[in-house]
Amino acid sequence: MILSREDVSQVAFLARLELTDEEKDKLTGHINNLLQHFAKLQELDTDAVEPTSHVIPVENVFREDKARPSLPPQDVLANAPESQDDCFAVPRIVET
Amino acid sequence: MDLAGLTVKAAHELLKSRQVTSRELTEAVLRRIESVDDKTKAYVTVTSDIALRQADAADKRIASGDAAPLTGIPIAIKDNMCTRGVLTTCSSRILYNYKPVYDATVVERLAAVNAVMVGKTNLDEFAMGSSTENSGFFASRNPWDTEKAPGGSSGGSASAVAADECLAALGSDTGGSIRQPASFCGVTGMKPTYGRVSRYGLVAFASSLDQIGPITKDVTDTALLLNVISGKDPRDSTSLDVPVPDYTKSLAPDVKGIKIGVPKELFGMGTAPEVASAVWDAVKLLAGLGAEWKETSTPSVEYGLPVYYIIAPSEASSNLARYDGVRYGLRSKDSPDPITMLMKTREEGFGAEVKQRIMIGTYALSAGYYDAYYLKAQKVRTLLRRDIERAFEEFDVLVTPTSPTVAFGLGERVDDPLAMKLSDVCTIPANLAGIPAISVPCGFHNGLPIGLQIMAPGLGEEIALRVAYAFEQNTDYHKQKPNL
Repeated sequence: MILSREDVSQVAFLARLELTDEEKDKLTGHINNLLQHFAKLQELDTDAVEPTSHVIPVENVFREDKARPSLPPQDVLANAPESQDDCFAVPRIVET
Repeated sequence: MDLAGLTVKAAHELLKSRQVTSRELTEAVLRRIESVDDKTKAYVTVTSDIALRQADAADKRIASGDAAPLTGIPIAIKDNMCTRGVLTTCSSRILYNYKPVYDATVVERLAAVNAVMVGKTNLDEFAMGSSTENSGFFASRNPWDTEKAPGGSSGGSASAVAADECLAALGSDTGGSIRQPASFCGVTGMKPTYGRVSRYGLVAFASSLDQIGPITKDVTDTALLLNVISGKDPRDSTSLDVPVPDYTKSLAPDVKGIKIGVPKELFGMGTAPEVASAVWDAVKLLAGLGAEWKETSTPSVEYGLPVYYIIAPSEASSNLARYDGVRYGLRSKDSPDPITMLMKTREEGFGAEVKQRIMIGTYALSAGYYDAYYLKAQKVRTLLRRDIERAFEEFDVLVTPTSPTVAFGLGERVDDPLAMKLSDVCTIPANLAGIPAISVPCGFHNGLPIGLQIMAPGLGEEIALRVAYAFEQNTDYHKQKPNL
């Protein structure tokens, strides 16, 4: 096994997923299966190969620095689970 | 007349000559949805009111003598494309109530020619899957046999087109999600060149692979939709600033001298004998029409699956970080503090497949593993691209099965993720290389459709369409309809 159940818990925390015990067990199996499958890539010598992050060579697409109309606040907040005074509302972050 | 069963082209002729109104056509499609959608489960949302309003607007435009090829045509949109004021769920609980405040560029372009939107179609949650069984709401079904999967992730769109619940649809394709369901449902589906169609307003899954494309009843209709949705969009900096040809001009049933390559590796990986023989028959038919063919080798495509299943989840884990319960979608009721809110919202909102991919991606991108997985996969992606580019130095198109098998049974592969992913083995290379590929029906096995995939070099949509059209015009698989 490449990835232990503890590793899975750590990755889940990094991904901000609160997994149940059952999910952790299942994912540990699934992920290890996939990682074994990925090992096939090590057959290839890629030392001298450039990585492809994008198929078309696009770099720094600029536009003129001009103000354009943007969404009104009520539209921006239209889907917010909670909002207040034209802001997104979240549980308290800073202790008082 | 069976209006819902018409192609876009045929409906356009009737609209233009004023034999039918868009309202009549749209009402016929809505009635068809009413009568068969409980069998196909193709739609997440049917937008009847909007459709009828748009149909009336289209009729006015047509009355003024201005009937564009898609004016008044009822079209379905995969539910991962933003539609202003209309639910856009990605078939995920985490977006169960999301109503975008803007339209995707493709939706805008369809509206600009007064096409009619009849509804939003089901998908594997966030387009992650190959059967539409990963939908957070319900599984869609294959109109040819409702116990079989329609394929995925654009299973709702493909099922709706095959069942005449729309005249055409839009899908999105990250690893085969337009072509594989088109193949399973016996319709035509095309993934254009990466950047050919704007992704603005397409909910991001894997940004270096995602591309929007048409799912239609024949090749002509694919060309008609492609004409409208293609082109540069300043809001998607990866969209290509290359003139859009009139794709209907490629519809010549002539393949004389066209060089077809048949990559042997893509026949080797679990291709069912009946699929292989239907595809070989297709190659021979094209040869009979004057094309030349030869077997070829693109060895690195064998690494396509592992490359894809590292790159796509990595990009997804980053893209899906935005679902935090703050700005839209679900927020867990159990949100005493921000971190708990994040973790519980994502736990409650995402389904098993999405979680698995976020986990894989997070791991592949994490410190210490980045080089071994993500970077390695990107390098192998380069090798794969080179192999494919090399093949196109010799050939005009590459032909393979779209999927190694016909539609599998619902539930059959849910617990076997590798078998599920294998159904994308022939479609993934086109996404990794960014090239266009089309799937057209090329046979049946046990009453289930088989798909032929035609790949072309980057921006070679025209040659892919031409070969697909020539094949279609000499066969009648695309004219067959399922009994629902």
